[in-house]
Amino acid sequence: MNVSTNPAHRIVTALVEDKPGVLARISGMFRRRGFNIASLVVGRCELPNMSRMTFVVEGSDRTVEQVTKHLYKLVEVIKVADISDQNIVERELALIRVKTNSQTRSEIMQIVDIFRAQIVDVANDVTIVEVTGNENKVNSLQKLLEPFGILEVMRTGTIAMNRGLQK
Amino acid sequence: MQLTGAQIVCESLIQEGVDTIFGLPGGAILPLYQTLPEYPGLKHILVRHEQGAAHAADGYSRVTGKPGICWATSGPGATNLVTGIATASMDSIPMVIITGQVKRSAIGSDAFQETDTTGITLHITKHNYLVMEASDIAATIKEAFYIATSGRPGPVLVDIPKDVQEEKSEFEYPSELQLQGYRPAGEGNTGMVRRAAKLINTANRPVILAGHGVILSSAYDELRYLAEQAQIPVVATLLGISSFPADHFLYAGWPGMHGMAYASLAIDESDLLVAIGMRFDDRITGDTSKFAPNAKVIHIDVDPSEIGKNIEADVPIVGDAKQVLRQLNPLIEETSRVDWIQRVETLKSEHPLIGVDDTDKLIPQYVISELYKATSGEAIVVTGVGQHQMWAAQYYNFKAPRTLVSSGGTGAMGFEVPAAMGAQVGRPDKVVWSVCGDGGFQMTMCELATLAENKIPVKLAIINNGYLGMVRQWQEAFYSKSYVATEYSANPDFVKLAEAFGLLGIRVSERNEVASGIAKAMDFDGPALIDFRVEQEENVYPFIPSGMSVADIIEGPRAETVKK
Repeated sequence: MNVSTNPAHRIVTALVEDKPGVLARISGMFRRRGFNIASLVVGRCELPNMSRMTFVVEGSDRTVEQVTKHLYKLVEVIKVADISDQNIVERELALIRVKTNSQTRSEIMQIVDIFRAQIVDVANDVTIVEVTGNENKVNSLQKLLEPFGILEVMRTGTIAMNRGLQK
Repeated sequence: MQLTGAQIVCESLIQEGVDTIFGLPGGAILPLYQTLPEYPGLKHILVRHEQGAAHAADGYSRVTGKPGICWATSGPGATNLVTGIATASMDSIPMVIITGQVKRSAIGSDAFQETDTTGITLHITKHNYLVMEASDIAATIKEAFYIATSGRPGPVLVDIPKDVQEEKSEFEYPSELQLQGYRPAGEGNTGMVRRAAKLINTANRPVILAGHGVILSSAYDELRYLAEQAQIPVVATLLGISSFPADHFLYAGWPGMHGMAYASLAIDESDLLVAIGMRFDDRITGDTSKFAPNAKVIHIDVDPSEIGKNIEADVPIVGDAKQVLRQLNPLIEETSRVDWIQRVETLKSEHPLIGVDDTDKLIPQYVISELYKATSGEAIVVTGVGQHQMWAAQYYNFKAPRTLVSSGGTGAMGFEVPAAMGAQVGRPDKVVWSVCGDGGFQMTMCELATLAENKIPVKLAIINNGYLGMVRQWQEAFYSKSYVATEYSANPDFVKLAEAFGLLGIRVSERNEVASGIAKAMDFDGPALIDFRVEQEENVYPFIPSGMSVADIIEGPRAETVKK
């Protein structure tokens, strides 16, 4: 399942000023208006003193329309786009700590290979797997590793960008 | 020019045309206070409680159209402002609020009188700032005024640590703003405006719903032109009252929970709603699925997030009410709608408000109608929240813009005394009546001292029924008269209280004393208070219970439910 084709899951990106309190203002707005966000990612970008944010929003088209309008109302938000229906690249990174022993190690390595993921830490009884992909890919890998015993999962949440030159 | 942060604040306020500040000092704002004597152009009114400062600034703004200014110290000073800021936020009132903050090095340490003021006010301001350098003060204040007054107005708070007020910096008031992410709407989309004109020109039973946005953008003349040119009845929202003269033949009252039945019925029968600068509040719509069932909706609002929030618009127009009406009006054909106007007239005559002369008892509605007579409808009327607010809005006919001042969205009891104070300071040329509930009055009555000290000649009418009347009415209607915690069995003697504060106090207990009591208060050169001992269990009608529709309207104690 592709995140962007699920009507209940929309990807909204925003360009915001990198000022103290911006994140609190935005996350507080989501809480106050009762909007559900599956993930929220923020990081610096190519423009000085600016950040880009990616939100995965749960809700109807009407809800997402309200989300974008309320984001626009915030003074420090420069630009907002619902890019769910556009041709986009979406990526998420996850670290998965999975139980390992001498019998399971090779099988885990095979699965990791198939997903073009990486093993970034190996100890006697645990392995940390790093995977990058869309939400669906990360979910699948996590599911396949579950039988071995997942001890911890950390996911960054989705970031997304339009393909080509389109802005 | 090297100035202290405090001097920069004052210089910036003067640049923005500020003449009056409502406030109360404390440790973290002292540098600002100690600088005030250098700026005689900034008149400071010392309130008795910071909530009063915020409501006063709000009242000042509502009658003048200029931003209201108040300030307070850190911690409790700032938290006491909160109700007033929330009120301004819900009602889109432009205000600039300045708060002192503990010195920079103490922020986050739980220092004495430290609160996270910007955090607390995050969602009740249009925007807020914590200024960490004196060199940022001027640009921040310029931004604050621009944001507060443009687009959909609202309160903007600027929090300034004490040592930033003391820090020296070069002062030059910036001529330009650096606001990339803030572009308030102006004109509407021309295609949408054309579609709106077409709908208006072809409608049979259109109704204009005029909201606060008409007042905030001073679109009175444009609204009147549209109504007259196209012969469209105008109903107002509570905050839209006074945007259209109440004595105009096209005026059809205000609808909703306690509005005139004929206004609600006109909306119900309409085939087109032209909603201008309003937000389809639940007190107006009731059950949205039954609201204006046969009407197409043109929704004009400066705030895009209001469009489609509660009611879907067939023609959404994001823009400033005045600018959009100026685009729209030339496309409107001169029309006569004799049948529809006649129908609305019939609704008015068949569904009037309860008569004030139906009884020989002292009912609150009679008090308001006598106030209206005594002031020829020319006064500014400031209300609190509850039954007296509804009666004031029903029985006073507001002719001129910005003459009703009322806490709509937040519904803050205690608004009436300080907001009237601010209104009188803003419009010293007008008679200002504060219509108070006995409950709300006691929340902020400390400001009587401010009225007396500054000789602010507000006239106060306490509609004293010894109850939290609106809550009691709900208990009567929905909880079998179980009056839990709504009776004020030991109200103070308001007349003695007024006298103790240095006001003229008058008591009125009979109908035949009303007119003379009002005349005495108005003749008095200074603030005066009348304690109207009204019928205790009078109810506000019409009444559409929460979440219901116009079909469920209760018109009065003796009236049947409206048959549609």
